[in-house]
Amino acid sequence: MNDEASRVDSFEVARGILQRLDAAPSSLLPALHGIQDSLGSVPPEVLPLIAAGLNLSLAEVHGVVGFYPWFRREPAGRHTVRLCRSDACRARGADALAEHVERSLGCREHETSADGFASLEPMQCLGLCALGPAMMIDDEVHGRMTPEHFDRMMAELRRAP
Amino acid sequence: MTTTVYVPRDSAALAVGAEAVAAAIGREAARRQADLRIVRNGSRGLFWLEPMIEVASPGNRVAFGPVHAEDVPGLFEAGFLEGGRHPLSLGPTEDIPFLKRQDRRVFARVGIIDPLDLDDYLAKGGFQGLKRASTLSQNEIVQEVERSGLRGRGGAAFPTGLKWKAALEAPGAQKYVVCNADEGDSGTFADRLLLEGDPFLVIEGMIIAALAVGASRGYVYVRAEYPRAAAILAQAVARAEMGKILGNEILGIGKPFHIEVRRGAGAYVCGEETALLESIEGRRGLVRAKPPVPAIAGLFGMPTVVNNVLTLASVPTIFSQAADLQGRSRWTAAYQLAGNVKHGGLVERAFGLSLRELVEDFGGGTESGRPIGAVQLGGPLGTYLPPSMLGVSLDDEALASVGGMLGHGGVVVFDDAIDMARQARGAMEFCALESCGKCAPCRIGSIRGLEILDDLLARRDPPRQLELLRDLCETMARASLCALGARTPAAVLSAIDGFPGAFQTGDRLGGAP
Repeated sequence: MNDEASRVDSFEVARGILQRLDAAPSSLLPALHGIQDSLGSVPPEVLPLIAAGLNLSLAEVHGVVGFYPWFRREPAGRHTVRLCRSDACRARGADALAEHVERSLGCREHETSADGFASLEPMQCLGLCALGPAMMIDDEVHGRMTPEHFDRMMAELRRAP
Repeated sequence: MTTTVYVPRDSAALAVGAEAVAAAIGREAARRQADLRIVRNGSRGLFWLEPMIEVASPGNRVAFGPVHAEDVPGLFEAGFLEGGRHPLSLGPTEDIPFLKRQDRRVFARVGIIDPLDLDDYLAKGGFQGLKRASTLSQNEIVQEVERSGLRGRGGAAFPTGLKWKAALEAPGAQKYVVCNADEGDSGTFADRLLLEGDPFLVIEGMIIAALAVGASRGYVYVRAEYPRAAAILAQAVARAEMGKILGNEILGIGKPFHIEVRRGAGAYVCGEETALLESIEGRRGLVRAKPPVPAIAGLFGMPTVVNNVLTLASVPTIFSQAADLQGRSRWTAAYQLAGNVKHGGLVERAFGLSLRELVEDFGGGTESGRPIGAVQLGGPLGTYLPPSMLGVSLDDEALASVGGMLGHGGVVVFDDAIDMARQARGAMEFCALESCGKCAPCRIGSIRGLEILDDLLARRDPPRQLELLRDLCETMARASLCALGARTPAAVLSAIDGFPGAFQTGDRLGGAP
């Protein structure tokens, strides 16, 4: 898809989501979640549309997107790997796992692998604190993660259509 | 005869393969033409045994775990549906020592029922509290909550009845009930376990709160990191609406109450009640100055009850149980054993357990098999205790005497490989990362604290750095707007004071006794 087409597409998605929500400032987080769920990120070009739709200034929308770590402005890889970096998982070997994951994907935290396969995001606590190290791959949670298990899962994802 | 097999669908079980286990049981049952039905329950909270499946048998349930998909054919071979033994047999679930020694009250149904089966909830005492509360006046409801001695279970332990009373008496055309499900502390998972295992209980507690203060709208703010909890809760809300328990007429008593489930977006500070309200309103999660407290001027400036998940879930029993259970002693604590511990999970007990009993008797010591190096109580802002202090009793007064607090009940165990200097730095770094930026002591203090800790760890005039750090911590503790800035010093200073050598000799544990 070329840039122009993807821009039109993200406008369509944002418009559809805004239509389903109250046209009020309190709909901002649900709107951003809806857009990121559909597009994988919140592209900067839709921010004016959100601002107009929810009766907010562009600065307010921009400020909110920047405040919350969950929202990403750059396009995500085809998959998102979110690694728990909090103390309970670190007590169970999350640091060593994080090093392995970075090596395995060939990118650092907050980055996307060069082939666009996966984005790597650090996160705080999945509530699996006795089953660490824990991570979230796309929408699925995984505990007792080992480097071998991680590599197996990535290989499966690469094979999947 | 149809046999019921329980396979948890809690995140903790799913994270270690429960979905594949359920599929394997279905396949194997079809192949063998076994007459069984699979119920997807919550988790019992015995995480080292997950996926833990249970088979219903006359009078009790027997457990097997941890079960992996490849174990399933062998379980059928051993006749696990008819009481056959298998190496993964755990015996009757209720007799597992970790569970047997607990007082499961708030969590009484978690792991037992199908969390989305309204009939199951009703059959196990659900909505009894609401039914009685709906016959009382608003003042009577508030008085019963006050008399019960219930305190907030999110961490601050504020008396719930007082909060409700303020919201009831505050004038306002629209009032709100907000459930704080932004359980961000590392090492805690009680809210998640409850939301995924017994969501109707939280809904029931919210309705009673709404009746008490006269609220017609409610929100549950669930963190983004808990997608499954948010999804289960949203389904439970939809089913309660279908069952005419929520909606335009709660339980047919002519009053409306609507609940909306909101997702957070990764900001730890939104667990602070006023930042949470800002977030629902569509803004950056900046902490508000108090007063006014939310009970007077909360969501959209209106009187708002903000309670933690466990607090609201504790409410229905106040109205459904006998009066002889009144007073403080009726309440339990929900300890969450986490980190490097052999038997991690949820321990709900009446107050009075010692930390050693919790970590060693329930937890079985470290999973790595190495000696315990430190225990952190109450999340990332909590106190680090050295092994010599394991004898401390886990009640508020005893913990206060060692500078600790239970907070939301998270207990994270570390073995002796822990680097306490790095933990102290990590606590300050966490504050810098998560600070909302509203107040200077937290926003600037955490950055300055990091600089001082780096100087300290690089041995640049340590006595002077320590003096500076203590002074800074004092300022942060006293002048920060919320617990993030105010409690970070406790984590940092407990690491320095409890493990002094870690900051002088480079010995990681600092020769902690």
